[in-house]
Amino acid sequence: MLRYILWRIAVMVPTLLIISALVFTIIELPPGDYFESYIAELRAQGEGVDMEQIESLRQQYGFDQPPLLRYIYWVGDMLQGDFGYSFEYELPVSEVVGDRLWLTILVSFFTIIFTWIIAFPIGIYAATHQYSWGDYGLSLVGLIGIAIPNFMLALILMYFANIWFGTSIGHLMDQKYLSEPMNWDKAKSILEHIWIPVIIVGAAGTAGMIRRLRANLLDELQKQYVVTARAKGLSPTRTLVKYPLRMALNFFISDIGSILPAIISGAEITAIVLSLETTGPMLIKALQSQDMYLAGSFLMFLAFLTVIGVLISDLALAVLDPRIRLQGRSTK
Amino acid sequence: MTSGADLLRVEGLRITFSVLGGEVEAVRGANFRILPGKVTALVGESGSGKSAISQAVMGILPSVARVSGRVLFNDPAAEAKPVDLLSLETDGREIQEIRGARISKIFQEPMTSLSPLHRIGNQISEVLKIHTDADKAALRARTEEMLGYVGFANPKRAYDMYPFELSGGMRQRAMIAMALMCRPALLIADEPTTALDVTVQAQILQLLRELQSKLNMAMLLITHDLGVVANMADEVVVIYHGEIVEAGPVDAIFRNPQHPYLKGLMAAVPHFDMKPGERLKALREVPVKAGTLLGSQEVRKASGPDVLVSVRNLCKTFSTRSSGWFGSGSTSRHRAVDHVSFDIRRGECLGLVGESGCGKTTVSKILMRAVTPDQGSVTFDDGEGAVDVLKLDGAELKALRAKIQMVFQDPVSSLSPRMTVKNILSEPLEIHGRGNPKLRVETVRSLLQAVGLDQRFINRYPHSFSGGQRQRIGIARALALVPQLLICDEPVSALDVSVQAQILNLLKDLQKELGLTMLFISHNLAVVDYMADRIAVMCAGRIVELAPREVLMRNPVHPYTKSLLAAVPYPDLDRKLDFDSLQASGGSDQRQWGAQFSDGGEENALFPADLGGGHYVLARKSVDSRELRP
Repeated sequence: MLRYILWRIAVMVPTLLIISALVFTIIELPPGDYFESYIAELRAQGEGVDMEQIESLRQQYGFDQPPLLRYIYWVGDMLQGDFGYSFEYELPVSEVVGDRLWLTILVSFFTIIFTWIIAFPIGIYAATHQYSWGDYGLSLVGLIGIAIPNFMLALILMYFANIWFGTSIGHLMDQKYLSEPMNWDKAKSILEHIWIPVIIVGAAGTAGMIRRLRANLLDELQKQYVVTARAKGLSPTRTLVKYPLRMALNFFISDIGSILPAIISGAEITAIVLSLETTGPMLIKALQSQDMYLAGSFLMFLAFLTVIGVLISDLALAVLDPRIRLQGRSTK
Repeated sequence: MTSGADLLRVEGLRITFSVLGGEVEAVRGANFRILPGKVTALVGESGSGKSAISQAVMGILPSVARVSGRVLFNDPAAEAKPVDLLSLETDGREIQEIRGARISKIFQEPMTSLSPLHRIGNQISEVLKIHTDADKAALRARTEEMLGYVGFANPKRAYDMYPFELSGGMRQRAMIAMALMCRPALLIADEPTTALDVTVQAQILQLLRELQSKLNMAMLLITHDLGVVANMADEVVVIYHGEIVEAGPVDAIFRNPQHPYLKGLMAAVPHFDMKPGERLKALREVPVKAGTLLGSQEVRKASGPDVLVSVRNLCKTFSTRSSGWFGSGSTSRHRAVDHVSFDIRRGECLGLVGESGCGKTTVSKILMRAVTPDQGSVTFDDGEGAVDVLKLDGAELKALRAKIQMVFQDPVSSLSPRMTVKNILSEPLEIHGRGNPKLRVETVRSLLQAVGLDQRFINRYPHSFSGGQRQRIGIARALALVPQLLICDEPVSALDVSVQAQILNLLKDLQKELGLTMLFISHNLAVVDYMADRIAVMCAGRIVELAPREVLMRNPVHPYTKSLLAAVPYPDLDRKLDFDSLQASGGSDQRQWGAQFSDGGEENALFPADLGGGHYVLARKSVDSRELRP
């Protein structure tokens, strides 16, 4: 098992390298670079452009070098914790992202917890009461949750909040705390605001998870070992919790791998609609303006989360399922 | 007989399942009784309602079932008068207290009836935990005691094992331990040995019999195997299409069967005393018209070499990598096929017998070129020059594929559910570019006729056929290309006894009329005995004995062959299994074989010794053939 963990971690290195090459290529693909779009923007506004200054900036950031060399510099700097310089904000990337990253993680964390708390009881209920009115009703609500795009739900909530309560629910905190360091009032303000994006971002995920939990549990409930447990005299509830539910958890754990990046990248449009101080809107803007270091760092961060998520779910599966842990892999 | 003396009394039991667009009556007014301390066998085909009855007794029927009638349980340990189990609240307290403690059940599939995620000991001790208030140490102690009781050599270790670490037979022992933890008054065994190998079956039957008499417990044995019934039962209840057609003491049932269904069932089972040429009487005989096939093919050349397929020194090793929590994983190598050599003569049926995991299917896959062996050769010679099967590729391999065809075990999964019978049967013809579309349809029609299926079925999908009919479609598909060699891998294992006779007769007729050469693989010695001209016995990847049919049956030499023969339960009260001699011969446990048959851990120590008359037995090179005779 130790060997397995080490091996899994070792495999992450080439995976991340390949992803970084892809990210770099994609950012390089559109013609031109940040400076060209910057020049175009200045010209469109009718301002003069100091070509010399631009040229010196280009040289300073190595934009006159071949792509391969730039890629190596980029990766090398990232490994040392230097994520480069955002041209748009004229600040180092780590400072630009700063707080936003932690706020994003906070929103995602609450969203995941919210998803689990809601999805679990409903999924179990729907599976054990298959084809009942409760099952149909909850399935309907779930399907609506899947079908409505997040940003739409955000717009609807904003509209009604404004009409009914007369408040604006945008942002993650009161604007006056935005540049303040963390203190008690700021934390309180964040908690006051955070539930709205959590519900909105979590809605689709919750609905999807209910459907999958229901389907998996229904499969397991048919299995012979459930009958065995009943034939032992075990009560229906304890049977459910000890045997089929435990088996149905496998899918849930393998889900962790995809849930992390999905929630962070899936929330971008919602974040723009609600003007949240998370990383989503910033990523989109960075991609639009070809702010290469900022966008690249974001994409690498997402990739890193995905790889970590998959690693966590694989390890958790091995811990929970003795078949994965103990059964040898056969080779033909 | 008063109702007070019966342990369980079933009166007017009706079970209906509501299915899409109507109701299916699974059990129609069943009446029977189970005496305390006796084994009552409930015999019937699949779908006859026998499992539904056992589920009704336990109250574990699926929720779509509706039950009426009475099931009176008269618990000798309780003072109270008999309880009607059907009147108890579904999954209520009262029935929960009876389940597992007073009535318990073991199931057919030891693979799926234990949870794969929980340790054996945890699952077994749970029964005690539910029904008694024993503390943790007592739970463990009593569970280990019971594990030792049912034949685990090391109960302490077994307690902490997971089901997938055990073989099928050991899992079934664990199930039995679980069922007996609370010393129930009634044990329901639902096809307890159907999924097991014949030698393991004999061990489990012996164990059940021993425990049943030791604990003075009644047993309801549900089975379709009359051989098991003859060896185990005191009383027999025969069920057919949801109705009890005959019931009584085992002697009366076997010596003087009354109902035509029971008589038919007894005639449909292949047994070892059949005269050469004697036919099984299928309950529903199907006429075979293979003659129609002959029109579309050139008459087979009568000349050609005597040996069609020659297999020499086949070896195949599978490696499994296993890893512990810490430290490096170890690679264990498993020799699935170990220096296997045999010939298949033109026009004969060679039987290949062995228990699961002995490598018989791997051999067939090597012949089909689905698995590549590590070494060895397979030569195929149909009169057009000998070819090395393992070296062919491209067009030559494709040409060979038309000459070797296979019939599979599972008639459900071996036919695509998305293709009509016409598609299924004409696909091989399309692949090999035979004929034009019109001609192909004609061929499909004559194929259907040949296997006794109605031509109107041509546009149906597999799901609308029964298991036996599907297997006939599978046979028709194998015959579509008019192969020289037909490999049948357990073609009747998944079928009921009555349908089994049909398929066996069909294969026999087809072989005779088409002059087919067959390799017939099965774990069932009686079936192989019925089909084969020569029989090869395989154990742990090696052919341990190869002989003409009569010689092998009458005069087996190898201890493994002997134990296989001894383990087959006969549907005959005068020839019960001799459990004591079974253990003495050792079965597949090589350490218990005599020194002349054991390789003693050396490579290549064993050699097929010729006993004359085409009888070979695997023994040490130094041993004289006279020493091998008992």
